[in-house]
Amino acid sequence: MRASNIWRLGVKELWSLVRNPALLALIAYAFSLQIYVAATAVPLYLNNAPISIVDEDVSSLSARIASAFYRPYFSAPKVISLPEMNQRMDAGIDTFALVIPPNFERDVLAGSEPAIQFNVDATRMTQAFTGAGYVRAIVSAEVTEFARHYRAAEAAPVDLVLRARFNPELNAGWFSAMMEVINNVSLLSVILAGAALIRERERGTIEHLLVMPVTPIEIMLAKIWPVALAVFLAALFALTVVVQTWLAIPVAGSLWLLMLGLVFQLFATASLGILLATIAGSMPQFGLLLLMVLFPLQVLAGGLTPAESMPSAVRAVMMAAPDTHFVSLSQSILFRGAGLGAVWPQLLNLFAIGLAFFLLSLWRFRKSLRSRGR
Amino acid sequence: MISHEQEQRTLEPAVLAARLRGVSHVFKKKRALDDITLDFPTGRMLGLIGPDGVGKSTLLSLIAGARKVQQGYVEALGANMSSARERNGVGPRIAYMPQGLGKNLYPTLSVFENIDFFGRLFGHAKAERERRIHDLLVSTGLGPFRDRAVGKLSGGMKQKLGLCCALIHDPDLLILDEPTTGVDPLARRQFWDLIAGIRAERLEMSVIVATAYMAEAAGFDWLVAMDAGRVLAAGSPAELQAQTRTSSLDAAFIALMPDERRKQHRAVVIPPRPEDNGKEPAIEAEGLTARFGDFTAVDHVSFRIPRGEIFGFLGSNGCGKTTTMKMLAGLLPASGGTARLFGRELDPQDLGTRRRVGYMSQFFSLYSELTVRQNLELHAQLFELPAADIPSRVDAMATRFDLTEIMDGLPDALPLGVTQRLSLAVATIHAPEILILDEPTSGVDPVARDALWQSFVDLSRQDGVTIFISTHFMNEAERCDRISLMHAGKVLVSDTPAAIVEARGAANLEEAVIGHLQEAGGGQAVTAPATSDAARSHAGANPNASTRRFFDVRRMMSYARRETLELRRDPIRASFAFIGSLLLLFVIGYGFSMDVENLPYAVLDHDQTTISRSYDLDIAGSRYFTERPPIADYADLDRRMRSGELSLAIEIPPGFARDAERGRPVQIGAWIDGAMPSRAETARAYVEGVHANWMAQAMREKLGPRALAGDFQLETRFRYNPNVESRKAIVPAVIAMLLLLIPAMLATLSIVREKDLGSIVNFYVTPVSRLEFLLGKQLPYVGLAMMNLVTLTAFGIFVQGVPFTGNLAAFIAGGLFYVIATTALGLFISSFMNSQIAAIFLTTLATMLLAVKYSGMIDPVASMEGSAVLIGAVNPATHFVTIARGAFSKALGFAELRSSLVPLLAAGPVLIGLSVLFLKKQAR
Repeated sequence: MRASNIWRLGVKELWSLVRNPALLALIAYAFSLQIYVAATAVPLYLNNAPISIVDEDVSSLSARIASAFYRPYFSAPKVISLPEMNQRMDAGIDTFALVIPPNFERDVLAGSEPAIQFNVDATRMTQAFTGAGYVRAIVSAEVTEFARHYRAAEAAPVDLVLRARFNPELNAGWFSAMMEVINNVSLLSVILAGAALIRERERGTIEHLLVMPVTPIEIMLAKIWPVALAVFLAALFALTVVVQTWLAIPVAGSLWLLMLGLVFQLFATASLGILLATIAGSMPQFGLLLLMVLFPLQVLAGGLTPAESMPSAVRAVMMAAPDTHFVSLSQSILFRGAGLGAVWPQLLNLFAIGLAFFLLSLWRFRKSLRSRGR
Repeated sequence: MISHEQEQRTLEPAVLAARLRGVSHVFKKKRALDDITLDFPTGRMLGLIGPDGVGKSTLLSLIAGARKVQQGYVEALGANMSSARERNGVGPRIAYMPQGLGKNLYPTLSVFENIDFFGRLFGHAKAERERRIHDLLVSTGLGPFRDRAVGKLSGGMKQKLGLCCALIHDPDLLILDEPTTGVDPLARRQFWDLIAGIRAERLEMSVIVATAYMAEAAGFDWLVAMDAGRVLAAGSPAELQAQTRTSSLDAAFIALMPDERRKQHRAVVIPPRPEDNGKEPAIEAEGLTARFGDFTAVDHVSFRIPRGEIFGFLGSNGCGKTTTMKMLAGLLPASGGTARLFGRELDPQDLGTRRRVGYMSQFFSLYSELTVRQNLELHAQLFELPAADIPSRVDAMATRFDLTEIMDGLPDALPLGVTQRLSLAVATIHAPEILILDEPTSGVDPVARDALWQSFVDLSRQDGVTIFISTHFMNEAERCDRISLMHAGKVLVSDTPAAIVEARGAANLEEAVIGHLQEAGGGQAVTAPATSDAARSHAGANPNASTRRFFDVRRMMSYARRETLELRRDPIRASFAFIGSLLLLFVIGYGFSMDVENLPYAVLDHDQTTISRSYDLDIAGSRYFTERPPIADYADLDRRMRSGELSLAIEIPPGFARDAERGRPVQIGAWIDGAMPSRAETARAYVEGVHANWMAQAMREKLGPRALAGDFQLETRFRYNPNVESRKAIVPAVIAMLLLLIPAMLATLSIVREKDLGSIVNFYVTPVSRLEFLLGKQLPYVGLAMMNLVTLTAFGIFVQGVPFTGNLAAFIAGGLFYVIATTALGLFISSFMNSQIAAIFLTTLATMLLAVKYSGMIDPVASMEGSAVLIGAVNPATHFVTIARGAFSKALGFAELRSSLVPLLAAGPVLIGLSVLFLKKQAR
């Protein structure tokens, strides 16, 4: 294995990237505008949750409850009729609907504990969960406050002081932006590395390399490092310029430690791309295979929903995916300011997975070269 | 017959086959055609001759309507090719066969299916089509190969098939761009016999051919010699020879060239080879054999090539020449026999041997992303030439192969002859002792070819390089020291060219070679085309009828049928789509849980009393939390939260039990990991719930039942999914996602791939409209996606146990609208994308975003902000997620789902309309 060959063949890959303007434009978009949109457009927690109220009481208390829901957590509640409620929930317009029964205010004051019916569209999982808690708290507070004017209630003897650490306002845009960077890192590196190999095969230039004093491992490494470099630079740009400067999201830990993790991640994903390319026979097959792999990586790696809530079998399988470790590592560094002492296990895992992918793809690559037909 | 023929031709001089007035064409900076004015007479055999890259192909594609006219006036069969209407009208009367072996054919389809596709495009009825195909197959000798996949045909057979596809609709103008390049002599002869036969039958047909073979051009009626985008001369071969006072067309061609071009040309001079110096031969093969499965490509081939010899390799297409050369270059392992280079057994792993061998493959294999200089430098570096010598070596190669002026250009932009010279420069940069050259002169014009050959001769005679070369040109074969003739994997004869001619008693080498090949059973006898009178009466009327229509179902179905066949021939793609999507549905439906459970937490208990522990136990008892070892101190708390080990830390202050007992205000501290906001929100709700519960418990113990009384009750009803199981919400959403990702990717690549591989030209030159083409391409993928919808839904219901409560018909209708929209999204992307890599990236990026982020799978679209609201509202996935969840869990039917079905129904047509707008019907 000679470093000079790896260097020279890799420079060639960079040229091919530079001379594909459509691809460059897409990369630029994916690491700038898309991050910005992700941070500003789609909050992951309760935001603007659609709620309606069926007010059969029409009292000052029911009006008070209705006015307690406001943006950004809830949409301004719509006052509707009972039949409308079913229709709207069926059509998926509302996630929440409160039914305030007739004489509610009177019954509260009389101490007869009237019931409010609270409908939740449980097919909207996250919002249903988080929102239900909010709605309950808001309604309780309003009713209690209202009742307190009329009779004294006992103060709670034990207070719970809840604080969120690392992102005190629970700003979902922060999380969303970071996850977008991470997702695009694996997306781009797998595609670029794999497609570079397939294209070389479809154009017949791989054959040309094989008549030269170049070994398969050199060819593979020369496919990996330029991809890693390009994606590394794009990610660095996204984190420093887009995330830190433009979006003004604080990065708690050391950016360079994260970048070290990124190098390991790129080693693993670029190797994965090559592995997929050795399995796929043509670009269309590669495109499909890509979806088969990237889709679960994005959905199950812990960037979308917490990893510890998944069934243990899935978690075990996902432990073999580099993204799982990288997502956990970057969350620790970016938000919790964790140092090397805390994230070394993830680094080690990433490296081990990368090495395994690399060796596996090297083995497949060698095999595919040997069995090349006409 | 002759007189009749001539009468016919003189009778209609008014209509020309093609007319060009002041036509110019520019690619980027390069001027391909420069103010061409030409009239092509009708009913003749017309030839375009000239060096590579002088604009012959551009001219032909303009006449065929495959390329957009930039400047000037182009008329074919009386129709103005700048007018889309006139072009469509005349399209069925023109047939165009682009350059490159079988470039416009579909390799996975059989011979019959390929012709059938074109027949359907031109709207022939079934019986008519089959009769025509039968006739064409018989007359071209392709009959026995009717059901063979085109990818497995030899080059000559592919060209004949290309001709069949062009002739299926009885064109009045046949345009052939270098139809015999890379075709062996026997097949070439059969090809021209076939054309002659058809012309004898159809007198009014004009044929325009671009060719590099002067021997072929000599037989044409009328020739146009071109150079640098201009016409040098036009006339019959005899006229051209008379004009230049030369005795052969080859010589006339060279004489016609401008001075500076002509100066480059020297007749090839071959000095005699020095006597063998007794060393072991450079290349030695003994019983060399290559098998691919049952098929023996190379069957016990043996030869010895002494050092410094030029050894020629001849034979029919697909006879095993390339395979033999690949084995000698170490690219393919031999299935049997031995090969020795310089007396040493060939070891493909031995990098040392690779340095002594240079190989040039049949196909363009340079890096198109590197400039000429970068290509040369890269290869010099890879062969580890000393860094100091590289610039001088690169310059030397540039001078030798006449590349100095184009050193900073990209190879893609160069004409074929020049790229072949560059390939040769690359193959010889490390001064190899053996050169293995696989058809290095295919498609190269005569002047350039002679220049290349002079380099071979110089290498052999001056530097003692052994040259092993394959060729289809007989004048090149005659220049070799010795030649071997191969057929069907075996060597037929091996000797000096003169000896072979003599032994055969033939007039020349071509006759001798063809004689050998025919004897060995190569090629079927060519019979005259059996086009009956009935067929001819049908011709013309039939195709014209269908071209007038704006939208023709048959043409659309022709594309749909072909796409379906291709899909069926690629079982890996279909099974990826089916099995892969089931697997994904299973894994994600099972693994993707939005419930927040098992949150790791720990307690920093300063109090250590029964009461403080009861608080801890309450949390530990909840299924939402998992307890970890207690926290020792603040440093421990900080460290464990930072590493992500703990999602929740509880701090119970000293004296907690005592103070709570006495009713003094006490505070319990709780820290939640806010890194993942959605999880933090849920955790917060849980902690508050547990806390309230514990309080109520404690109060009840203290105050008795009085404490239970509250102000009101909140009865929460989790509708549609009473147990709040993620699965019920997720499975329908995952079905929606998969039906976006996979059909969109398949549809995108189906078109971008045609652009990449060149078969898109059929779309340019046949009467198929954009809409017919797009819908035809889309239909099979809609079918595949619908089958996928059924299997995914069945899997969701029966295997994953998600009850289906709504109206199945409404769901299926929604699914149909949805997959029409998702495949149309793929078509839309492909309408403006040209590179497969960029198309894959864009499709993945766009579909993942639409499926995961903006579909309402996690957050309802109503909860989004800014541009996301708009994206979410027009996103087909949003509407189908609503339909799928509604039909699965909410027991909904058509009426309730109308607000989602209507936008979904509109999405497909809108996207297809946009694709029609963006897709180009002609090349630039």
